Amino acid sequence: MFDPTPLLELKGVSKRYGGIAALTEVDFKAYAGEIHAVLGENGAGKSTLIKIASGVTDATEGEVLVEGKRVNFHSPTDAMRAGVVCVFQELSLLPDMAVADNLSIATPPLRGGLIDAKAQRARAVELLERVGCEDVHPLELVKNLPLSRRQMVEIAKALAKKPKLLILDEATSALTAKDVERIYLIIRELRAEGVGILYVSHRMHEIEALADIATVFRNGRKIETFRKGERSVHEIIQMMIGREVSHHYPAKPPFDANRTPALTVSGLNWGREINDVSFTAGKGEILGLGGLDGQGQRELLLALFGVLKGVSGSVSVEDVPMPLSGPRHAMKAKLPVALIPEDRKVEGLMLPMSVRDNLTLASLSQLRSGFGIDSRREGEAVDRMVQRMQIKAPDLAAPVATLSGGNQQKVVLAKWLMTEPGIILLNDPTRGIDVGTKQELYKLLRSLAAEGRTIIFYSTDYAELIGSCDRVLILYGGRITRELKGDECTEHNIVASSLNVETEAEKAA
Amino acid sequence: MNNWRYHFSHNLGTWTAVGLFVLMFTIYISNHEAGLNPAVATTAANKAVLLALVAIAQTLPVLTRGLDLSVGMVFVMANCLASVIVVGTVGEGLLGCVGVLAVGMLAGFINGAIVVWGRLQPIITTLATGAIYYGIALWIRPSPGGDVQTDIADFVTGQAFDVIPMALIVLLIVVLVVWIPYRSSVLGRATYAVGSNEQAAYMSGVPVQRAKLLAYTLAGFFAALGGLILTFNTYSGEASSPIGGTYTLNSIAAVVIGGTSLFGGWGSAIGSIFGAFVLRTIEDLLFVFDLPPLWQPLFQGVVLLVAVSLGAIRVFRIRNRLELFT
Repeated sequence: MFDPTPLLELKGVSKRYGGIAALTEVDFKAYAGEIHAVLGENGAGKSTLIKIASGVTDATEGEVLVEGKRVNFHSPTDAMRAGVVCVFQELSLLPDMAVADNLSIATPPLRGGLIDAKAQRARAVELLERVGCEDVHPLELVKNLPLSRRQMVEIAKALAKKPKLLILDEATSALTAKDVERIYLIIRELRAEGVGILYVSHRMHEIEALADIATVFRNGRKIETFRKGERSVHEIIQMMIGREVSHHYPAKPPFDANRTPALTVSGLNWGREINDVSFTAGKGEILGLGGLDGQGQRELLLALFGVLKGVSGSVSVEDVPMPLSGPRHAMKAKLPVALIPEDRKVEGLMLPMSVRDNLTLASLSQLRSGFGIDSRREGEAVDRMVQRMQIKAPDLAAPVATLSGGNQQKVVLAKWLMTEPGIILLNDPTRGIDVGTKQELYKLLRSLAAEGRTIIFYSTDYAELIGSCDRVLILYGGRITRELKGDECTEHNIVASSLNVETEAEKAA
Repeated sequence: MNNWRYHFSHNLGTWTAVGLFVLMFTIYISNHEAGLNPAVATTAANKAVLLALVAIAQTLPVLTRGLDLSVGMVFVMANCLASVIVVGTVGEGLLGCVGVLAVGMLAGFINGAIVVWGRLQPIITTLATGAIYYGIALWIRPSPGGDVQTDIADFVTGQAFDVIPMALIVLLIVVLVVWIPYRSSVLGRATYAVGSNEQAAYMSGVPVQRAKLLAYTLAGFFAALGGLILTFNTYSGEASSPIGGTYTLNSIAAVVIGGTSLFGGWGSAIGSIFGAFVLRTIEDLLFVFDLPPLWQPLFQGVVLLVAVSLGAIRVFRIRNRLELFT
């Protein structure tokens, strides 16, 4: 630390979304010429930190200083002017425009007030060369590039802005090994040039390879900042977990290895996202899907529900093959399949329609009489379900949009339970709902399993998987890398295998 | 691939429209008893340029992933206004022209301001403002009539060197002086960026709001220019609701035939010009083949469907069925 003034400094910064604290009183410093790793679980506050630093959102409390001067960013443009540039996880490229246009989108080279296409192309060629993408033509449209190339273009775009502080948020998640090497090289070059780098990654070996200094976040708070080599990988993991399991989960039955198979998946493949996935799920079992965000869990659930096109491999339900050609087939399988989608507002609910209409939407065919809907039976079925799920809706005829998030999620679940599914796929169902509803949900899942239904449960919350699943499959890069049975489902095992580092036991073996 | 192949594939929609037009126009001319002479060309051009200008106007909001249902009404309003203020000496007439274009830009700016700051949906905003602009047109000219400065009118609707229709030259000048510089200006590029992915554009520091405002304002300008030239053709003004409605709907059709995506971020005003020419040529084809003009809507519909189907080919490449709905 030759320069006493940090490039970026956060003093007592807090951020609340509604009533929920995403970041609490964080003090944080990043210096020029250093690679600073930012670590933490999903939802630990890393993304919020980055959003504040790069002007996407502003802090509720506290100060942000760049080079010792207090700043107040209102947009990413403000941050860019101050030299803070972020490579976002969700790509910020414009799909319908050429690579060259994208690289110079914020500050194109001008000639006579107009964009100088030739100079822009030359600049693009230079930048692409720097990131090792000589194979990408500057006039190619971004939407025609594969994901890994797009991510490289995104990085090149950030370099074009000549940042003082470069923030990389999971920038290597879609890259090939060769590209990752290239990125390492560029990052080290930048460090030598005196650029400060904030590096967010879930991959422990990347942190080990790159970082000079690291800060761990947990539950929106800064836990510790330490220099390279001061802490072991396992100490770091412990710091990232470090909390008590705060929810109460219903008691699990003893682990049963001999359940009747309900769902058998073998050799499932889909593009780069799902790689040779095979597993069976038994009747009455809650099978968890774990791992880092975006390792193919969502795609796997979508594939099982028949939403994806061009999936190879086979899926059978009670030994009857199930065609993967649309939700209607999945719903008509021997044990009907139901998918509780991730984004309840987009894929799960018709927000302006009434609670009642939403509840019966997926099971209308069972409530039909002649050409119409049997409104008496509909009413009974709805009442039963509202009772069972304890949906707090003052008026069943009111739009579902008027309910709280937790109750909305119950409506989505209830809607699918009305189809009497034998296999229930859940895609991160507890995201953004309150603790009380979560607990009700865990109880419900256990009672559904006790009725002999199969539940496949993807969650980004490790504690939830431990608390409620009989067995957990960990996915990494679209593959199942680990199967944790019964008592093996511990926080340490899940975190370690999610990060794809070996556990102590395995090392010893 | 070399640069030219990229340029070609980026402008495939435009080239398709050009090809379609050349084909149809060739059939038309080879079946026309007089063949291609300046009089035939000028008649065809004078009609086609009107729709072409309104189609350019429509292209800009569409590029931002919006839609402007008021272009036809701005066109009619400009026509009525021109029949009142583009009169007197040549100098006074020219001043009147500037006035008409300024009013058109103001109308467009109001649309843009409501969309950008009022955050209302473009379709409903322009449906409402379109009705207002039509009301103003009626107020200016309750019954058809009026006059226009004859020297300017005859100049614009005549021929240069007795050969080339002046209207085409006006169109060419507009493209060279307004569209081409706009296309390669920072705000012009921002228009495409906004239509392509508004969030990403914002994150990249693109001036999203100014781009939208300019797009709607320019739409008003082009629509008013069309209305002005209509006045030069008819020597009068008429607050006609059917004309306004037809031009609005045909402008959307022309934009689509010209290869501009209604999802925004992709396309060009030049494509729209040829899209407009294609639509107009349908009418002429019916004429030379002695088919009843009542068939025109049917043929326009068929051409439009074919053009849209070409754009829908992407559906066959989709891997996630949910993407069908986005």
